[in-house]
Amino acid sequence: MNKPNNPIANTDRRDFLKVSLGLALSSSGSISMMSLASAEASGTLNAYVNINVDGSVTIYGPNPEVGQGVNTSLPMIVAEELDAKWEEVRCAAAPVQQQYGMQFAGGSLSIPMRWDEMRKMGATAREMLCRAAAKQWGVPRDELTTADSTVQHRSSGNVAHYKDLVAAASLISVPDEADVRLKQPEQYRLLGKRISNASAEGIATGTEIFGIDARVDGMVSASFVKCPSIGGVAKSANLEAVKALPGIIDAFILDGTPGPYNFNIRESHAIQSGVAVVGKDTWSTFKARETLEIDWDLSAASQDDSDAIEAEALAALAAGKVETEIERAGDVETAFANAAITADATYSTDFVSHAQLEPQGVLVSAATSTVEVWTSSQTPVFIRSNLAKLLDVTPGNITVHQLRGGGGFGRRLSNEYIFEAALISRRVGAPVKLQWKREDDMAFDYFRAPTYYRLQGAVSTDGQLTGWKNLVAAASADGENANYGASYRPYDFPGKVIPNVAVEQSFVRSQTPTGAWRAPISNVYAFAEQSFIAELADTVGQDHRDFLLNAIGDKGWIKEGDMASLNTARARATIEAVTKAAGWGRELPDGHGLGLAFFLSHSGHIAEVAEVSVEGKNITVHDVWVAADVGQVVNLSGLENQLQGSVVDGLSTMAAQRISIKNGAVVQSNYDRYPLLRMPQSPRVHVEVLNSGFRPTGAGEPALPPLAPAVCNAVFNACGERIRALPISKEGFTIV
Amino acid sequence: MTSITINGKQHSLSSIDPTMPLLWALRDHAGIQGVKYGCGVGQCGACTVWLDGFAVRSCQLTIGALEGRAVTTVEGLAGATLHPVQQAWIDHDVAQCGYCQAGQIMSAAALLERNPSPTDDEIEAAMAGNLCRCGTYVRIKSAIKAASGAMTASTLFYNAMEAEQASA
Repeated sequence: MNKPNNPIANTDRRDFLKVSLGLALSSSGSISMMSLASAEASGTLNAYVNINVDGSVTIYGPNPEVGQGVNTSLPMIVAEELDAKWEEVRCAAAPVQQQYGMQFAGGSLSIPMRWDEMRKMGATAREMLCRAAAKQWGVPRDELTTADSTVQHRSSGNVAHYKDLVAAASLISVPDEADVRLKQPEQYRLLGKRISNASAEGIATGTEIFGIDARVDGMVSASFVKCPSIGGVAKSANLEAVKALPGIIDAFILDGTPGPYNFNIRESHAIQSGVAVVGKDTWSTFKARETLEIDWDLSAASQDDSDAIEAEALAALAAGKVETEIERAGDVETAFANAAITADATYSTDFVSHAQLEPQGVLVSAATSTVEVWTSSQTPVFIRSNLAKLLDVTPGNITVHQLRGGGGFGRRLSNEYIFEAALISRRVGAPVKLQWKREDDMAFDYFRAPTYYRLQGAVSTDGQLTGWKNLVAAASADGENANYGASYRPYDFPGKVIPNVAVEQSFVRSQTPTGAWRAPISNVYAFAEQSFIAELADTVGQDHRDFLLNAIGDKGWIKEGDMASLNTARARATIEAVTKAAGWGRELPDGHGLGLAFFLSHSGHIAEVAEVSVEGKNITVHDVWVAADVGQVVNLSGLENQLQGSVVDGLSTMAAQRISIKNGAVVQSNYDRYPLLRMPQSPRVHVEVLNSGFRPTGAGEPALPPLAPAVCNAVFNACGERIRALPISKEGFTIV
Repeated sequence: MTSITINGKQHSLSSIDPTMPLLWALRDHAGIQGVKYGCGVGQCGACTVWLDGFAVRSCQLTIGALEGRAVTTVEGLAGATLHPVQQAWIDHDVAQCGYCQAGQIMSAAALLERNPSPTDDEIEAAMAGNLCRCGTYVRIKSAIKAASGAMTASTLFYNAMEAEQASA
């Protein structure tokens, strides 16, 4: 047990400072008492659960909140096992500390990675409160029940609120794990219900603090201008002229780190070279940078041209150029030789940007060896170690304050803007608020990689899909390894389901940095695979739904117990549910079409149907139906929101989002030429959640991949045109 | 120096560049941070505020041109209780990341102030300037309809009260 005066940190959560006495329970099972005095001190907190004197319960969410709802859903899991009264629960962001483990938001992993831990935290706290009550009342523990933040003893009529038990509970030794009973799903009171986001009121009233909103006394503003051609190095600039401008405090060159700028979020603290402009406020720096004249050394800069990358990739696929093998099963050559029907089609996708609404912005105080960071990073867990190396300070002297992120989608997994701000802060000797312009954010992203797939299918005389070939053309900086997010990963379908499969790869040189963009690889591969399945069904004259179900088959769970693995029963259930909801096979108005797609990614089995109508090249997406199985539902409202949002985001991206590269530089600079979907283009979205009872998995990503193929399959059924490139604007189509 | 009213309070913004957009004057000099920076070119709507009751993009207005004008931000929208649009946003659990929502709310509230019972097409037209990367349009539309119902009901109530008082 920790000492009673265990100090705590988390100074940016005002509500926590109201705590005067609490039960703190760490992931290692220790508990501590805390006084108000210690709460105001800085130090370390080992806590997920805090029962406050006013009876409210503060529950800490350890993972970053970037819109996926984890600052509500993770505390809900604790509250369920604790039997805390939800109306009196305060959800708070946990401080960034080693004891909270992997504090990051990515891979739709927050819920599955914390599920056991959060349940145990709640259940152990509940057990201790019950034992305290049993002792106090002199009754057997087993006669006690809990509800609404109270312990109850039915036969005596005793009832005690948790706040009146916490002091005694905190003196009890932590129960053995074996003595802590977790609830059975049928006992859940909270999980599976629709709960409004814990920050809903703060957001609606403008009081929620995002990364961009961090301020401290004495801070200065900074803007950082990098070479448009990725990897160019600033040689000289008219720094004296810029420094003389009103509101400008300093201007200087940062040398940067030589490229290529790989997506190495764990270990990299690389930044690109550029010129920092430091001023008294944001606008002064934005205005001053317009007068900057920088002489760039382009000798190491990227020469990428996205049109050339695409041409090279398509030529490689057409020529069948194979450089490496990714996956092989059965005897593909024989399957194709014996096929009754074969098909062959090539699909292409472009670079896209994250374009999250909050551009990168961070506050860093690194003037001395004691460093503080206020950020909406998706990987706070990796900030301290990398900053320590960059600034040559000890990790223990770095404090990271995690703030809400204005969208993540993978963009905030890399922390290079934090490293830029740290170097600028160190140079000027003051806390620095670095604000990227939207134009910076779009030009210096870790983009979704362009990837190209040539798919071939073999169907036997009895209509079975017996052979599958996939030749991938992947962007690669070194010609030997695919860049992050390019290429293909062996999926259970088709690899473990279709008897004869070959997946091979060819590389296209590209220096443009790429990274994780919502549902990496799946976000482009699903478009190719699920469009091609529909093409095959059409070629052999079968109903697409029947052909898809037949192709998936009924092998059951490909890897028993692995939530990430295909479970054909779960897949079939979502396909059957979504086609039923959408009225698959019904008579449609002229010019309308229904399209279906299924995809498993990030452990989510998701099927979607789109209804579109097409007039010329104008596509109206009227309705999208989603059937999702992500296991046990935690927050139904949050889950439905993610499903609805993924549909809109998927449509937004497939419509006209394309980053073009010329001379190593990004052509698009803002939302005018990189359009996000607007409300008039947005379809009705109908979601059906299949509460299958499996372990819960994440919902931030898996509903996005099936959207593009569902819409393209619907377009084909509406007008007979097969779209094989994303964005569809490249083939002249517009979402209206 | 520019003197403007922000959420009902007089502010004198001294030693400020008159070409500074209202957005940055609010955020960096008036302590109003509910208004968000998204694009700086009037494309995304995250910086939407009211100028004399009309929804505007604060990144597109220079502070020097606003002498004597009245600005309302999301922080100033609620009276004794939340504005019906704010309440509807909470009830419908609209937000995901929430970054664009202050702008969405200011556009929606401006619409309903002038047109308490908009059609679907009118809602879409009024909200077309506000982007949401999280894709919460489905819920935004539902919330606006709910707020419309609440506001129409309260307008009818007050109209009836006024008519009663007039006849008394």
